[in-house]
Amino acid sequence: MASVGYSKKVMEHFLNPRNVGVIEHPDGYGKVGNPVCGDVMEIFISVKDDIITDIKFRTFGCGSAIATSSMVTELAKGKNVDEAMRITRGDVANELEGLPAQKMHCSNLAADALHEAIKDYRARKAKK
Amino acid sequence: MDQIYLDNAACTPVDLRVIAYAAPFSDGTIGNPSTLHSRGLGARAALEDAREKIKALLHAEDDKCIVFTSGATEANNLAIQGTALRNPKLGNHLVASAIEHISVLNPMKGLQKQGYTFDLIPVDAYGMVDLEALKKLVTKGTAVVSVMAANSEIGTIEPIREVSAIVHDAGAYLHVDATAAAGHIPVDVQRDGIDLCSVSSNDLTGPQGAGALYIKSGVKVQPVLVGGGQERGLRPGTENLFAIVGMGEAARLTQLEMVQEADRVRRIRDALITGMVSVKESYLTGHPALRLPNQASFRFSYIEGESIVLLMDQFGVQVSTGSACSSLTLEPSHVLLALGLKHEQVHGSMVLSLGKSNTPDQVPHVISAVTETVNRLRALSPLSNDRR
Ligand code: FES
Repeated sequence: MASVGYSKKVMEHFLNPRNVGVIEHPDGYGKVGNPVCGDVMEIFISVKDDIITDIKFRTFGCGSAIATSSMVTELAKGKNVDEAMRITRGDVANELEGLPAQKMHCSNLAADALHEAIKDYRARKAKK
Repeated sequence: MDQIYLDNAACTPVDLRVIAYAAPFSDGTIGNPSTLHSRGLGARAALEDAREKIKALLHAEDDKCIVFTSGATEANNLAIQGTALRNPKLGNHLVASAIEHISVLNPMKGLQKQGYTFDLIPVDAYGMVDLEALKKLVTKGTAVVSVMAANSEIGTIEPIREVSAIVHDAGAYLHVDATAAAGHIPVDVQRDGIDLCSVSSNDLTGPQGAGALYIKSGVKVQPVLVGGGQERGLRPGTENLFAIVGMGEAARLTQLEMVQEADRVRRIRDALITGMVSVKESYLTGHPALRLPNQASFRFSYIEGESIVLLMDQFGVQVSTGSACSSLTLEPSHVLLALGLKHEQVHGSMVLSLGKSNTPDQVPHVISAVTETVNRLRALSPLSNDRR
């Protein structure tokens, strides 16, 4: 059933996901649910001088959801939050050498979770 | 690494004896069963021999009751559309269990456009049809009721005899999709009171591309495809002789070896279940006892089935899932939802269907692959507290 035809890169990230886990006291936290199939993704970030110094994720979802979360954390790590905010689902899919059409929505989730975490960071910063 | 194939419900390797038996029919030299010369006669004899073997498998009263089709999907379509449309006097109400195959449900839904009404029989948490609900659903206007002999996704075996009594009391016809059951448990159309019964070649370890519909003597059915007069006009088109001859031989062999083989795989299956339910927060789906001997299905909390299938494959074990993420429509399995499971519970489904290639010594590897898969995916899951 799972012969959706993933690229090597997707399988590689799925099998060895980067930045898995939680950050106990994050500077930003984002959690999104997938309206299409009901999956959940969360991203934690530590930020110093607007640079994402650490990032972790957890995902309940398909192979492509796991691979895209892994990829988005790699793309965001070390980036300025404004830059990271501009990472799109297209960027994530491209870096993974493409996703099957019916799996594009999973990459949405990854980008959204990252953006939510950055928004949360900004909101917390504004309160200080 | 040796591969361990546990997805026989999706595609069953064809029995090598069957391939050898049917091989002479694969190159076109045997002829067309409809022609009159000597070549055609050989073909006709082979076709009728295969029919005889399917008759024996289902314990049909007459070999004329067996119509060959291209597979179970076509047999299901013929059974439902062909019977409903041919018997308008029976009424325009159709009933199916909530866990029927899509090739039963969709023809019924399709007939709604032609003025038919359609109801689903609910099932309990084990997937057993609710007989009380069935009694209320079938009325004088019900034409066809479809309840499968056993379900391939959860293994549950349905109480066909009880269903048949209720359906016949109301004067309707009973169609039974025996695709998953035939060859694994006895299916006897006379004993069980079945009017129409679908089987598939590949599920009997025969070649793909053939299936059959049993039509009880006296039940009138009209063709779905129109063309020549093959299969008593019910299934026009030159017969796929290789697949049909193979299906017949596969039916004969499976029937001959059924008791022994069912016993053999049941033991492996039970060992898999014992090992699997020891995994934390894992649950057997389907009926604990009344299930196909070659079937085991589970769900694991907090993780998703497509990921399970992909990781298990890395360990050399091929399995299936009913998760939404794994289906092209992104819809979760209607079978698992019908059991009353929540969407996220269906997500963690894993289905094993055993076959000839499975042996008891594979069990420890499968269990450790599952344990490792579940642990790895739970460590990634925001729903689980298992942090590694
Ligand atoms: S998360 Fe469900 S399809 Fe990707």
